[in-house]
Amino acid sequence: MTHPALTERPEKRPRAAAPPARGLPPAAIRRRRRLKGLATVALFVLPALVLYGLLVLAPIAIAAYTSMFRWNGLGGWPEDFIGFDNFTRLFASDVFHGDLRNGLLIVVLSLVIQLPLALGLALLLNQRMRGRAVYRLLFFAPYVLSEVITGVLFSLILSPEIGLANQILRAVGLEELERAWLADPTTVMPALFAVMTWKYFGFYMILFLAGRQGIPRELGEAASIDGAGTWQQFRHVTLPLLGPTIRIAAFLSVIGTIQLFDLVWVLTGGGPDHASETMAVTMFQFGFKRTQIGYASAISVVMFVLSMIFALAYLRFVMRRDTQGAVTTMGDHR
Amino acid sequence: MSLRRRGVVVVAASVLLLGGCSSGSDGAGPAPSAGGKVTIDWWHIGTTEPNKTIYDGWVKAYQAKNPNVTIKVTALENDAFKSKMATVTTAASAPDIFSTWGGGVLKQQLDAEIVKDLGDPKAIADFTSAALAAYQIDGKTYGVPIDVGMVGFWYNKKLFEKAGVSEPPTTWAGFIDTVKKLKAAGVTPIALAGKEKWPGHYYWTYLAMRIGGLDALKQAATTHDFTGPDFVAAGQKLKELSDLDPYQKGFLNAAYSSPDGQAASVGSGKAAMELMGQWAPAVQKDAGGGIGEDLGFFPFPSVEGGKGTATEALGGGNGFAVSADAPAEAVDFLKFITQMDNQKQFVESGAGLPAVKGAEEAIKDANLKTVAGTLAGATGFQLYLDQAYPPAVGQEINDSVAGLIAGSKTPEQVASSITETAKAEG
Repeated sequence: MTHPALTERPEKRPRAAAPPARGLPPAAIRRRRRLKGLATVALFVLPALVLYGLLVLAPIAIAAYTSMFRWNGLGGWPEDFIGFDNFTRLFASDVFHGDLRNGLLIVVLSLVIQLPLALGLALLLNQRMRGRAVYRLLFFAPYVLSEVITGVLFSLILSPEIGLANQILRAVGLEELERAWLADPTTVMPALFAVMTWKYFGFYMILFLAGRQGIPRELGEAASIDGAGTWQQFRHVTLPLLGPTIRIAAFLSVIGTIQLFDLVWVLTGGGPDHASETMAVTMFQFGFKRTQIGYASAISVVMFVLSMIFALAYLRFVMRRDTQGAVTTMGDHR
Repeated sequence: MSLRRRGVVVVAASVLLLGGCSSGSDGAGPAPSAGGKVTIDWWHIGTTEPNKTIYDGWVKAYQAKNPNVTIKVTALENDAFKSKMATVTTAASAPDIFSTWGGGVLKQQLDAEIVKDLGDPKAIADFTSAALAAYQIDGKTYGVPIDVGMVGFWYNKKLFEKAGVSEPPTTWAGFIDTVKKLKAAGVTPIALAGKEKWPGHYYWTYLAMRIGGLDALKQAATTHDFTGPDFVAAGQKLKELSDLDPYQKGFLNAAYSSPDGQAASVGSGKAAMELMGQWAPAVQKDAGGGIGEDLGFFPFPSVEGGKGTATEALGGGNGFAVSADAPAEAVDFLKFITQMDNQKQFVESGAGLPAVKGAEEAIKDANLKTVAGTLAGATGFQLYLDQAYPPAVGQEINDSVAGLIAGSKTPEQVASSITETAKAEG
């Protein structure tokens, strides 16, 4: 956006689109062409920009504004300005601390368990084997299911009395492993994470699979000629070349966790006793159940800031090499 | 962020939609339009039988009698209705007639100036005072009831017999004793939907009513102070009950009407009782098959030394409010649907208990007759707290009582966190 052409004042632009007169210095002709190009770009970008502004930027600004008020969302604009009180209340709230702990736990578990599992399966399904396409399809299927269907399905499976999970445990004589799963504050987070893994690992698997197939076979062959074993090939050839894919997968996983809502809402509603609550669930509770829109806006602002800081820092420090050359600037095409 | 974003889109969309809807009635003019064409928008939550058929029948009958009136019905499911109503209220324009449960939400709508003062309710129908109370704010009537009900214990007579309990308890000590006997007999005494929180708040509210009396709750509504000893004592009694571990396995994540929920536990004969409103038998049947003749009803027991009596009822019902700029025909339509023959038809179908005096003879079910009889003889009436107080306070009561039942909050903490929210709401 720092291109000089953008900072040029529009009135400098020639009025008519008449062909450049002979005798003008070549630099002026070049500049005129470039301005014309910019006008075309602006014209095509405008509709998307208006929509983006209306549906993304404006709501963010409104949420930031309403987060400074005590407001129940009724009757016109908020009036009761309270500064940062909503935020101080939020940061002092036990429920919010729990939200942060739960979010962090899911992030760590995702990075340590979910992604390696998906990577392993992707590498496995990259081998030549019978019915490979069927397995790929099966593993990807949960991701296509809606969160609500998944939630209802697993709340039945994990139901203490009639649930499939406990009945299987009973049938194989492991009664002592029976739990109330979603109804027990100590097991609810692991259970929730298990459901999340079931739901999302297929997505990461497909991501890794695509990344793996982008690695030329010659590299592996060359390594094996040099005497590298399977593990060494994986460690020194496959893994480094999968780096960009892994980094983007971790990024999506963290951002997804910050916004986690639907699955939790259907499975537990954030319970028992806030044990599985996430920021988005708390926000919903306050916004739509308690009609404390001001406070809910404050939560949404915190979620936004967290996502933003994480995204910027991650792009800047972790993914810098991956995005090099990916961001196009108009200046390069002169 | 995405949710917030979606919320705003919904607001924008429904405002647009509403602009489209309301222009119809605005065209007819808000003034009483004698003879001219009038369109009335009616939003209700009667999406299930028998309400659906009855409501549609009323619309047809009224339109036949008043050919100049067209009633446009929008039937919405409960939660969808509530969120749509919230956006409509924000835009300060409501449908001509809409469902309401009175109390704090109606008060918010009154503050947003979207509801009409209906004048003397007697001019509409002869409502029972228990039914009407929820819709009256500062002596004025802003809605009329279509039905009314109350919360009490629904119990399994067979399981009580099995535990050697011949008569349902009338005092709290007797109730605790009953729970102990049921447990000793290997029966789950109480089914509770811990995931939904509102069923738990009935216990705390009833205990507060029995210990502190109705006046304590009324007073707390204005002083915003719930830290008095009576409210703490209510929490202590509920803790005393919860410490007996009387609820079904996994109740903390149990829903109310799901196949493994609270209603199903009683309806399938697994749990001995639940504290629930007059709709309980229908939901038990739907979710768990029902226990037929074995089902009985008894009011919440009195607490020894408390200021309240066992004849004071906690309940609420469905009603309708009229928007501030609705045509006069809207009120006339409410008059029509609360006529004696329409009320009797409503009650006979099992849609609800009567809100109009004299319609109770149409009740067929023996248990519902008991409920209606208890209601008719009630010496006091308290609206559900999550309706009576502003939504934030109601939800905080639900939430902190759920914490008390789960064992993470003390009775004192419950009282102070409710007070904190109530004071902040002002």
